[in-house]
Amino acid sequence: MTGNMLAGRTWTFGDNINTDLMLPGPLLLASEADQRRAVFSANRPGWVDQVQVGDMIVGGLNYGMGSSRPAARSLRNCGIRALIADSINGLFFRNAVNFGLLALECPGVRAAFTEGQTAEITLEDFTVRNRETGAVLKALPVPQMLLDMTLGGGLYPHLEREGLIAPR
Amino acid sequence: MGMTIVEKIFARASGQTQVRAGDLVVVEVDCAVMLDMSFHKHQRREILKLHDPDKVVIAFDHMVPAPDKDSAEGHAYGRGFARRFGIKRLHDVGAEQGISHAIVADRAYALPGTVLVCSDSHTCASGAFNCAARGIGNPDLIAALTTGKTWYRVGETIRYDLHGALRPGVSAKDLFLHLAGTYGHHTNQNVEFGGVGLASLPIDARRTIAAMGAELSAEFATFECDDLLVDYVEARNPAPFTPVAPDPDAVYAERRAIDLAAMTPLVALPDAVIRNSVPVAEVAHERIDQAFIGSCANGTLSDLAEAARVIKGHRVAPGVRLIVTPATQATYTAALKAGYVETLVEAGAVVTSATCGACFGGHMGVVGPGETCITASTRNFKGRMGDPSARIFMASPATVAASAVAGHIVDAGELAAGV
Repeated sequence: MTGNMLAGRTWTFGDNINTDLMLPGPLLLASEADQRRAVFSANRPGWVDQVQVGDMIVGGLNYGMGSSRPAARSLRNCGIRALIADSINGLFFRNAVNFGLLALECPGVRAAFTEGQTAEITLEDFTVRNRETGAVLKALPVPQMLLDMTLGGGLYPHLEREGLIAPR
Repeated sequence: MGMTIVEKIFARASGQTQVRAGDLVVVEVDCAVMLDMSFHKHQRREILKLHDPDKVVIAFDHMVPAPDKDSAEGHAYGRGFARRFGIKRLHDVGAEQGISHAIVADRAYALPGTVLVCSDSHTCASGAFNCAARGIGNPDLIAALTTGKTWYRVGETIRYDLHGALRPGVSAKDLFLHLAGTYGHHTNQNVEFGGVGLASLPIDARRTIAAMGAELSAEFATFECDDLLVDYVEARNPAPFTPVAPDPDAVYAERRAIDLAAMTPLVALPDAVIRNSVPVAEVAHERIDQAFIGSCANGTLSDLAEAARVIKGHRVAPGVRLIVTPATQATYTAALKAGYVETLVEAGAVVTSATCGACFGGHMGVVGPGETCITASTRNFKGRMGDPSARIFMASPATVAASAVAGHIVDAGELAAGV
């Protein structure tokens, strides 16, 4: 049961967090390292220096609206283990799958967490638990095909194994 | 059980008889569009096989003409890629240049009833063509290019039934600002447009609305097909196509009736469009540094015509930069022949070649610290068009052109009336 439990310290954000906040336009064609340093620079300067590997993001409604740019990759490069939000933009969710960032839609999650509290995710039943308050919420199930892709590191490793793109 | 337009397209493209909200579908892709961004050294992966080169379109659009050496290198790589795989539909810098979604419209590569993908969020613009078109990620695009397939989680659909007609001076952008302001985000939902008012909306207006579907955070923004669309497509693309109408008993999460005649000019305040629209008069005091008209949403010939109509006989205010970017070079040429470009340039506007440039803060119209911009483009996110301290208001081409003349935000009707 605990074999598939992930836990992490949470950072909370509001509704409609857009891709340009995670990956600003001027950095669109920069290196991954430079893109990582720019995450949330407009709305939360300094965050990239505080976030630690294994942390999680708790967002509100419509998380990740905007561009097809690989903003999910930047979050993963910041060490983010999972994103849990009240709802997630469909294109951002695709890119989360593409780049191996676990992303769960969990109605009510934003209100259930105060920043710094620890979230526990159990993938067997898609539950999210607040370790401090004990509150348990139900996330929307992710189809197995997409979950496998996410946990397998995303789409590129798959395409490499299939011989469709060259390894890098 | 009845199906919506995209559900029917997915049923056909996935070989199923029934698709409904909540399904995960794997569909055949009819057209896959690559951008210059697909070939940039920090984005590209070396593709070893293509499923079908004849289903591929390449449009260099974000960084054209190349503003830096890395972009130039990416373009060269892309040209080599097109040669290597025998891709015929390459839209390079020159007469066939343009923003991918507008190229797909100009050439009617987006056929009614088909599935189209591209690694840009505004791919939904082709929903104007009764096409299941959606932006996907770059890895997704490579998967579609190499396997011929992609996946979708099918969302529920909100149906907008249009009636009446927009009044003169009110545009499709104002309709979008009304929808975003009134109904907010449509995360994980499709939007479908139809009804008796559809016939009053020119194809260009439908393209604006469909492109802005991304800003509703919608999945697919799809229009019904009518005679106007059939004629438009047949005049541009000899390929056969089968339009898809929703079933009479299609299941919608909600149906919303929209009276086009009730729309009025609106402005979105900076940083967001979701529930952020106000009447133009409410922000009429706001002084501006830059005004921009362009992008896949507002770089159509109709948009340029509207800007020229508003600005004719006036001059851009001192201290204001008006930048106008036609969405394709073909549109640029048409605007030139119609006299719109002359009107705009004589009034003090800078008309650039076709590119996504200023809309995404890339080049040819980037805004600086503390500046205020009013834009008829796709997004007004914080930092979108340049410095994060800049404020970006969003409005129709008419409102933007009028504001460029006044030096502050103003309703085009008031400018014309000399108020």
